[in-house]
Order: sequence, then C-alpha cells, then structure tokens
Amino acid sequence: MKPTNIADPNYFHKVVDCQWACPAHTPVPEYIRLITEKRYTDAYMVNWNSNVFPGILGRTCDRPCEPACRRVRVEEKPVAICRLKRVAADFKSDIKDRLPQIPKKKNGKRVALIGAGPASLTVARDLMPLGYEVVLFERDQVGGGAMRTQIPRFRLPKTVLEEELNYILDLGVTCRFGEEITSMKALLQEGFDAIFVGTGAPLGKHLELPGYEQAKSNIHTGIEWLASVAFEHVSNIGKRVIVLGGGNTAMDCCRTSKRLGGEQVSVVVRSGFEEMKASPWEIEDAMAEDIPILNLHVPKRYLVENDKLVGMEFEKVRKEIDSDGRRQLVPTGDDPVIIPCDDVLCAIGQENSFPWIERDIGIEFDKWELPVLDKATFQSTNPHVFFGGDAALGPDNIITAVAHGHEAAVSIHLLCSKQDVKQRPAPLTSLDSQKMGIHQWSYDNNISNDVRYAVPHASKELTLHDLNMEVELGFDAQLAHKETLRCLNCDVQTVFTDKLCIECDACVDICPTDCISFTTNGEEADLRTRLLAPAENLSQDLYVSDVLKTGRVMAKNEDLCLHCGLCAERCPTAAWDMRKYLFNTAKAVHACQK
Amino acid sequence: MSYITKPKFKHPGLQTNELGLTRRDYEGSLTTLCGGCGHDSISAAIIQAAAEMSLEPHRVAKISGIGCSSKIPAYFLSKAHGFNSVHGRMPSVATGANLANKELYYVGISGDGDSASIGLGQFCHIVRRRINMLYIVANNGTYGLTKGQLSATADLGSKTKSGEESQYDSIDMATLAIELGASFVARSFSGDKKQLVPLLQAGLSHKGFAFIDIISPCVTFNNTDASTHGYKNTWENYIALSAVGFVPMRKEITTSYAPGKVKEITLHDGSVIHLHKTSNKYDPYDRENALHHINASKKQGKIATGLLYINQSTSDLHELQDTVDKPFNTLGSHELCPGNEALADINHTFR
Repeated sequence: MKPTNIADPNYFHKVVDCQWACPAHTPVPEYIRLITEKRYTDAYMVNWNSNVFPGILGRTCDRPCEPACRRVRVEEKPVAICRLKRVAADFKSDIKDRLPQIPKKKNGKRVALIGAGPASLTVARDLMPLGYEVVLFERDQVGGGAMRTQIPRFRLPKTVLEEELNYILDLGVTCRFGEEITSMKALLQEGFDAIFVGTGAPLGKHLELPGYEQAKSNIHTGIEWLASVAFEHVSNIGKRVIVLGGGNTAMDCCRTSKRLGGEQVSVVVRSGFEEMKASPWEIEDAMAEDIPILNLHVPKRYLVENDKLVGMEFEKVRKEIDSDGRRQLVPTGDDPVIIPCDDVLCAIGQENSFPWIERDIGIEFDKWELPVLDKATFQSTNPHVFFGGDAALGPDNIITAVAHGHEAAVSIHLLCSKQDVKQRPAPLTSLDSQKMGIHQWSYDNNISNDVRYAVPHASKELTLHDLNMEVELGFDAQLAHKETLRCLNCDVQTVFTDKLCIECDACVDICPTDCISFTTNGEEADLRTRLLAPAENLSQDLYVSDVLKTGRVMAKNEDLCLHCGLCAERCPTAAWDMRKYLFNTAKAVHACQK
Repeated sequence: MSYITKPKFKHPGLQTNELGLTRRDYEGSLTTLCGGCGHDSISAAIIQAAAEMSLEPHRVAKISGIGCSSKIPAYFLSKAHGFNSVHGRMPSVATGANLANKELYYVGISGDGDSASIGLGQFCHIVRRRINMLYIVANNGTYGLTKGQLSATADLGSKTKSGEESQYDSIDMATLAIELGASFVARSFSGDKKQLVPLLQAGLSHKGFAFIDIISPCVTFNNTDASTHGYKNTWENYIALSAVGFVPMRKEITTSYAPGKVKEITLHDGSVIHLHKTSNKYDPYDRENALHHINASKKQGKIATGLLYINQSTSDLHELQDTVDKPFNTLGSHELCPGNEALADINHTFR
C-alpha cells in the first residue's frame, strides 16, 4: 500500500465515525468534551453552527451518528450522542450575544425561501450575516414546517421549537407567513436573485381498499392528521384506533391517539417487525405506552356498517425468500383477522407535490416528479432556483434538510457573487497536538467502561393525559457527565511520523485493541490478513506509513482504535502524537473567501 | 509512566485458546518502565507465548531479582505465582521453589546486572544444577535503574549515552550457559517477536534448564548509535541462525516449508520446534560448534540469534536426585516423617 495521505481532509474525518455519519458533519466529540467540562453554551454553539437546531435535534434527530459510534464495535451500545446534544441546549446560558452580527448595510441581493421548515431556515441563517435580504414564505401562520406539524409536542415542546426558530427569524428575516405560493412563474417575476424551495414532502399516502368511500370520514392520513392536532383543529379521536404503517409517523400517530382519547390503539404493519422503518427508540417508546404492534398483517378492506367504519380486515402472512433471494410475504392461509375500530390513521408514506411549479419555466422534473438537481449544489435546471430538504430528494429527516440548506446557501452565495457554483469551498480543518506533558493530554484519555445511561422518562400516568407534556426528561448534569465520559474522542487522532520511529514495538505492546502492526508492506487485501489482529471491517481504513529502517511499514487498523493515546504515551521518540482533528464543512460565509 | 488504566475493551476478533482465554487475559498490570524499553516487548512476547500454549496461569511461577528486568513479572500473567527476590538471588529462590513443587512452569527473569554481576555465582550454580526452568536474561548492557553505568555484558568499545566507553571484555551469558551445561540455550532480540515467541515456548516446554539471553535495549540510557545493545545496532547486526517455529503438543503439525529444509526437534512433552535453515548449516546439537559460532559472529560485530544449542539427553535436578514422583509440597507428615522403623531400616543400610 502507498503511505496514507493524512493531508486528505476526508482521511481523519472518516475516523470520526459519528461526524462522518452526520449529514451536517457536526463535530460530535468536540461538543461532548465541552459538556464534560460543563461548558454547555460552548457545546451548544458548536452544534448551532453545524446543525442549527440543537435543542430540536437533541430530541428528535434520526441520529445516524449513533449506529456509527465506534463504541458499538467494542461494546454493545453507542454513546447517547443525540441526548447529549439536548443537554447542551437544556443547560446553556443566554446565547444572544453569540449570534452572528447582521450587517446594517445590505448587499443588495434578495433571496426567496419557500416553506419555513428546517432547510429554508438553515439557508436564512447562513445568508443573513452576509447582508442578504431574505424573504421567507410559509402557507401556515407560523414557521417550523415539519418540526411543528409532524412532531408531537410531547416529544418536542413548543418553547424549544420556538426558541430555535426565533434565533433565526430574529436575525431580520422578512416573514410572509400565511402566504401560500401558488405559482412559481409569478414568483420568478418578483425579481429575486435566487429562490430556494424547501416545501418538504407534504402529501400523505392514502390506502384505498374496499369500503374506503363509505368509511373515509374516519380514515385520515398520518401527516395531515398530526398537523391538524398540532394546530389544534383536532382534539379527539375514537376509542378504538388502528394505525397503519411502521415508520416514525406511525409511532407519533399512535402515541398522539392515546393522548386524544384512544383507548384501544394498535399499530398494524405489513412487513415483519425487523423491517419496520421507525427508529428503534421510537418503537420502544410506543410499546412502553402499551401500544401493541401487529406485524405481518396485510390490510384487505375497511369494514363498514350503516355507512360508518367499524373495523378492518387483515390477512396474515409470513416471510419467505424466493428463488431470487427477495423477501416475499406469503399468506399463511389462516382465517382473516378482524380488528374493530372507530378511526384509521394511514401512516404508510408521504410524497412530494409541486402542483404550483409550472412545467414550462425551465425547472425540469424526473419520472418520480422530483426536481432534477445537481446533488452537490442543489441547483435545479433553472440556475436561480434551488431545492433542499424533503423537497429536493424525497422524504428524509431534519438533519438531512439542514445539510441541504447549508449547501444550498453556499450555492446561492456563489451564484450571487458571480462565481462558479460548482467550485465548492474546502472544509475548514485543523490538526493540533494535544500533548501537555510527557504523559498528559489536553483531553481525558481514561476511557469509561460504563454501559450507556438511560434517559429518565416522566411517568406515563401523567404523560398519557397531557398532549403537551414532554415524555423524556433529559439527562441531569450528573448523568450527562457520566455519559460524556463514554465518548472515545475519535477526533483526537493518532498521527505517526515515520522518521522518528525506532521500531521498539512499545506501541504494539501497549495497544489494548491490537490496532498497530509492523510488517512487510503488501496490497491492502493481503495486509489486512497479516496484522496482529485481522482487519476485517473493510469500511474502516488502514493507516500505513512509509518504509521504515528495517524495511517494514507501520500499519494501523483504524477500525478499533480507542484513541486512548497509550501508543503515544509509550512512544520514546514521539513518533506517535495525539492530535485533535477539527473538521467543519464550509458554510456560505466561507464560500467566497479565497 | 502512564497513569491511566489500560482500557478493558479488546479486539472482538481476538483468538481464544484452549482454555477460552485471549492474550489480554494473560496481561499483568500496566508497565511502569520507560516507554520504548525492550523489557515491555519481552513481557508482551511472554504473554503471547503463554496464551498460544494455553498455559494455565496458576501453573506458572515467576521469579525475579532486582533491576528494571526484575520488574517485568509484574507486567504479565497477573494470575500466576510470583516472587520478587533479593538482588542476584533469584536462582536460589527458583531452586527452592522447584524443589518444593516440581510441577509448575518456572520462569526466572533477570537482567545483566542481576545475573552477570552481583548474581553471577548464583547463575553459574543454577545452570550446573540443571533446574527445570526457563531462565531469561533481559540484557541491555547497562545499569538502567541506577542511571546508565556500563554493565558486565557491555561489549568492549561500546559507549553509553554519557559517552563512557567500555574498557573490558564482556561476559557472554549464552556462552557461559553452554559451558556450564545448560541443555537449551538461545539468544534473541526483544524487537523480533516472530523469533522470540517460539523460542520462549520451546524454552518453557524444554525439560531441563533452558536459558534465553534477550537483547533488550535500554531506550533511556543505552540506545545511542555507539552502543552495541541499542535498537539500531541490534537491527543491523543480528543474524537469525534459523527461522524458528513452535508447535505445541496436541496440535497437528503443519509446516509450509519444503521437506528437507526443516529440522524438527521433538521435545519431551510432545511439542515440536521447527528450525527453518537459512544459508548456513547450523547444527544446534553440536556444543563446540555452537560456542565457535557465537564467538566467530561476535568477532565480525554480528549477533548470532536463534536456538544456539539443545541437548535433550540430560537429566534435571529431580532426576539426578531421584526424588519421589509426587511434588514435595503435597507429601503428608507420614511420608515426610515415616517413623522409627523406617529410620532403623535406613540406618541398617549403613552398617
């Protein structure tokens, strides 16, 4: 193998598994360390700069970081990254004086953002400090988008939502709320320098089965029903409720139903339990509220008596693998299952919908009715129109919408500065030694062996009777501190200087996870089998040095490195050093700094 | 010195041995030696050797004297028996322990100060007495614990960090051991575990007195370019007489070497040493040749390493003394003090 190029900004970024997995590339270990030091406000700002909604995401994020956490490769459960983010938000002090300064003199450019969800709000936040005039259109009377309409208040309190929403709106965004854009053609004529579409995926899918027409006044689509609850248009539901679907919306629907008078609420999914799309913790929370989940039940028809919905019929199926290796649902032949109900909530998916974008104005759509976009710039085929969030690539999550927003803001700033939108600014990185004394580092390398701490919940006797009472209480400062110590500091990198190495094996002997080997070089596939312990996780790189004095190379398997720094502590020549790698994606403010 | 405890987490793919233990289970406490000390590699090699051989830690006794080397037993096999004895007196304690319980694996750990200076007399006699043990000298040519004076194994002309040059010929521990009748003598280098680990395993399996002289650089006081015991000189000048492989007993013997190229040595317990010959035709059974070879290499500034000499036909102390089959420490008072009648019988044999 060739010596590893650690100057490539992606090399060490990839080692920070959580940050690499985060769509917005939040510097996770950095803020976790700040929480350890009780520097909550600093931790909050690290988050705010990357993911814009720390308090909201600390409660609602899909947390792609957690399955990626290195901890799951050496023990059972990841660090509670998401809930630590919430800790930063819960314990921070006033951040007003840390918010960006908005220039009094504007730069003369006007940008329209359509839909006041996380994607548009991110664009607004990134562009306001640059002197843009930002106009935010929203069909509802209030901002927040899906964060307000799709996430129930018992998961995300209104105060938390509005605090973080207002940090952005108070930067001086021109809000045109209650104003639905019905024609892109008309908007284009208003002379904006750029238009950003962040309208989400607003259409819930219906399930039209026999009986649908007669029963439809009691059949609701999940996302529309949740929005009606959020806006208090709906405040009750039948005693017996069936929720169809296995995603997070279904989990929110069933738990909301329980709070609005549903007594027998059940979730029914076609697939197996394992194939459910909902996050495991959301499924756990629903089950903790005594909501049964029936899997492998295919809905067949709505049962109607006297023009009123009285139940649903399901066919039981089992999973079989067909000759092509695909999973098939095969009827078991059992009698159909009848579940009586008063209301059905369909949470079987949502779709994009752009009836208001005329198809003759240069904005092309693909066969799935999604806009044709450059995946890096989010620019549509009309160079002045950008898409982000669910509106861009179909339904995903908040943190992905934020990531899109950042990139679109970069694009808009480049466009408005008459620069090439495709020339993306390089990420901001630094790599600094953490050495303080011979065996002292400016990070805590004494790894905690504790297992993951659970977040305390309020008792369900209380929460099930109050739609607005938050279920999760969040970590207290003490629990949070203990949880932070579980973080392995994967951003503190082991950096090897081959010229200093005397090949004494001290690092090899001390490494608790057998990451380091000195051996003859070879092709990667061969080298992976010849290390002290085999490097079988191909998604993790090998760090290979140049040829050393004995003709061997140092090959380090990044997979299981605990970043404990013992290799560097035992190294007599400081050939190993522990250096903190900070990586931040370039935001709009960095786009034109050359 | 590191102040944190070594993390408990280990590589999930780490091999378990016949006892269900991994290499990590054979560790001791975290080292307090200087970072880069060869002695830590010796601990690591012993850990690996014991784990691969599926040694039961409680069947091992670690005995040492005084010096940096003699701290090593704290850093491996924390579940084994241990005795950190007086300076240069490890051989006496090992002899006593071996007499009391001949069924344990004895690992004596000493250094060039402990064995070649203050304990040289003890060393000579334990070799002569053929105690069944593995005797390791972690040889760095310097007194590291007292800040780097030249030791008795420092080669003529070798220089310490402070610039002091050795005026005397060195004591060659391996030659001495062969002369005095050791039945297994090897030399190795802490930096070469590929050679050291099989040698340790062979030494542990060998019945009789096994001696391994291990060049183990003192990174703090004797690792200059002008030192013959530093990493640089050792990497450059050590010659492996043969590539060593070790197959513990009960394991199927497989070898990747072509037939005829490998010398097999079957030990008393059924395990096998494989010597894959390099260019020269070295015969480890030939005592005179071994001595000649060591000296000839030294003359050229080279360090001959590997299995230098083996003799499997000698008897150990217990055989020579014709002791009872059971270890002494398991004998009851009736067996140890058989009474007047037995005494009368014994006395009768002298009349």
